[in-house]
Amino acid sequence: MAYDYSKYLRAGKIPHIWCPGCGYGIIMKSLIRAIDATGIDKDDIVLTSGIGCASRLPGYMDFNTLHTTHGRSLAFATGVKVANPKLKVIALGGDGDMTAIGGNHFIHACRRNIDITCFVFNNYIYGMTGGQYSPTTPKNSKATTAPYGNADNQFDIAQLAIGAGATFVARTTTYHAVPMEKLIKQALDHKGFSVVEIMAGCPTGYGRKNKQGSPANMILWQKENAVPANKAKEMSEEEMAGKFAIGVLHEVQKAEYVEAYDAQVGLK
Amino acid sequence: MAREIRFLQGNEAVCEGALYAGCRFYAGYPITPSTEIAEGLSASLPKVGGRFIQMEDELAAMAATIGGSIAGKKSMTATSGPGMSLKMENLGYGYLTEIPCVIVNVMRGGPSTGLPTGPGQSDVMQAKWGTHGDHPAIVLTPSTVQEQLNETVRAFNLAEKYRMPVILLTDEIIGHMREAIEIPEPGELEVIDRKRPTCDPKDYKPYKPEADLVPPMADFGSGYRYHITGLNHAEDGFPSNNGKMAQADEIRQENKVMHHYDDIVKVEEFECADAEIIVFAYGSSARSAKEAVIKAREEGVKVGLFRPLTLWPFPEKHLEKYVGKTKKFIVPELNLGMIKLEVDRVVKGQAEVVGINKIDSDPITPVEIMDEIRRSK
Amino acid sequence: MARSEIRLSGSGGQGMITAGIILAMAASVFEGKKAIQSQSYGPEARGGASKAEVIISDDDIYYPKVMNPDVVVALTQEAADKYCKDLKDTGLLIVDNLMVKKAPEGKFKVIGLDIIVTAAEKVGKAMVANVVTLGALNALCDFVDHSTLEKAVLSRVPRGTEELNKKALAAGAELAKAAK
Repeated sequence: MAYDYSKYLRAGKIPHIWCPGCGYGIIMKSLIRAIDATGIDKDDIVLTSGIGCASRLPGYMDFNTLHTTHGRSLAFATGVKVANPKLKVIALGGDGDMTAIGGNHFIHACRRNIDITCFVFNNYIYGMTGGQYSPTTPKNSKATTAPYGNADNQFDIAQLAIGAGATFVARTTTYHAVPMEKLIKQALDHKGFSVVEIMAGCPTGYGRKNKQGSPANMILWQKENAVPANKAKEMSEEEMAGKFAIGVLHEVQKAEYVEAYDAQVGLK
Repeated sequence: MAREIRFLQGNEAVCEGALYAGCRFYAGYPITPSTEIAEGLSASLPKVGGRFIQMEDELAAMAATIGGSIAGKKSMTATSGPGMSLKMENLGYGYLTEIPCVIVNVMRGGPSTGLPTGPGQSDVMQAKWGTHGDHPAIVLTPSTVQEQLNETVRAFNLAEKYRMPVILLTDEIIGHMREAIEIPEPGELEVIDRKRPTCDPKDYKPYKPEADLVPPMADFGSGYRYHITGLNHAEDGFPSNNGKMAQADEIRQENKVMHHYDDIVKVEEFECADAEIIVFAYGSSARSAKEAVIKAREEGVKVGLFRPLTLWPFPEKHLEKYVGKTKKFIVPELNLGMIKLEVDRVVKGQAEVVGINKIDSDPITPVEIMDEIRRSK
Repeated sequence: MARSEIRLSGSGGQGMITAGIILAMAASVFEGKKAIQSQSYGPEARGGASKAEVIISDDDIYYPKVMNPDVVVALTQEAADKYCKDLKDTGLLIVDNLMVKKAPEGKFKVIGLDIIVTAAEKVGKAMVANVVTLGALNALCDFVDHSTLEKAVLSRVPRGTEELNKKALAAGAELAKAAK
């Protein structure tokens, strides 16, 4: 029997704003199934976002939802979590939102290890404004602000999160919809700051300019270039060129921020 | 019972006021000359079950403050010049989404890094117009250490009552000077909490105003699941591109403040009744003005002090009473003539309006104001 | 006493601001007078010339800054050179004998005291020079009762240093009496 998503979707808010072929619908469905699997009450879930295509997602979801300013999803989420740690706080945003304008909030949320689950939708581009290059746009790619090809180096979001101190870091793609659900569930169950980087195609803003073919082709590209984390570990840098690891990339246990603060200041 | 008398710094008195008003969450970032507020509350909030967090930057501090309020805690942040400029983005979010919180700006010299350890009053227009877009503003300007406490309580009350950010706009002189003040007894000052919804959660519309134009606000996690967005939105909280509706909502927000002018605007009118000259002064400059007015009265000059404790909304209804009667208004301020423009607007050419302006990090002295008063005779 | 303006100066870290706070607190909280303490400062946390200003009055004080001090205390040469320019002709300049080799000239009265030496040798801790200063200043100018000042000192100093600070305050008062 098909899964019934309606329990978590707000009636009357669909259709969403995303383009045909966009991967974000796949992510939303995986997110719903994963949250459902955790059994957490909808009233206790807070979903925050910044600005951009990804950040429109909370508007469709039947939780306490906070659509904030560009890049600030995690800063608002931190306020919510510290003020009421009983809430399950999930913060999401796109690659530009989380790692360019919101980059400072991202690394400091990682460093604090505050109990927030963070999803970064990485489609290599600023989609909502029409296809400008972002910190994850591959070198030499075309964008509306890189008509001669992109001169910038790319951020590796997962490595950035690990380096900054996140205690659970994973990567997945919209091709891997079922494993994605499991990874999201693991991230939600993790105590501390968890990051899941989700690779998603943007046929309109990135694909067209960079001859990526149809949306289906873009998803197949993910399949072909994704390497399971345990296998990636065995491979040389040359073998991994142009490819990326998926699955759980980093998982450690460390004192959670609010609990550590409360212990430090003697709050019960 | 006698009230406790304590010798406090202005910034410390803000902390006392915040705790009295029920502040239980503070998110900040260190900046001179406001840092004592963060230091004070980092020590005292945990003792009352509250939490303090030092964020990674000023934008984050403003964002977290709003987040804390959405989670149901009375929340505050404090900053100064450059930090206030950074806070403007999320302050605008706080206005559009109608989230109660208090922002303290301890004014210093500017623009940019300016004169960090000296006083200034150049943020008075920023406090009203600093973030983009139209919005109402409530801005309070204390002049004494006692008022630092009492007006902080009032700032929280107005924020909660009218569901919006409120700015306590003080300056380095008032923030750093020390005076003996009376700590009010619990229950002595009114403490107001925001209206929360009582309806069935399925009927809750987060932006449906009541008769006072203020919509009740639910805490996240209290069973009222709803959407907050910085986009213009309908009464149900969801984004809408309907420009007419956006305009009506912005006007409703403006009116929720302007229709309550009498409740919000507080002014000290000292020796104004028969005054031929009125000194219009706020914050630290009002202290110099009061001394000058008292001395000039001793010399027989009919001069008064008009001191707004609420700078925004501008106290025009109070000021209008003197237009046509008073020959001259003197506006001393530590900027090159900002609030003077507002006085000009209300006076409409019916009296002389003269500014005394300084941005050299020194306060305006009573002598400088006396000189201007004497020039008028 | 209508209005007294006092400026305490030295180098950053010498405790002049704390001394100013204690004096203003003694006058206001413990004796019911009006008092304000304020300070001006630069970017340095230690070193550099530093001053604290106190106004004590029977009436309300509006303008919170010192205009023409009645008394200036200077514990360093730099502070003495910098902070007594606006001292009243009828005023008093108190300098430390060790640190201020050349007191600025003026119509005001100058008293040199062994504040730092007394703190370091007689009381046993250079750190309490600010409390020695307070004891001497108050004995010379009679702003508040000695017992009130002692109460104010004890309310501001770290626990365990009460006896040391009482001794410092008394030693300061002794210095002043000898100089009178």
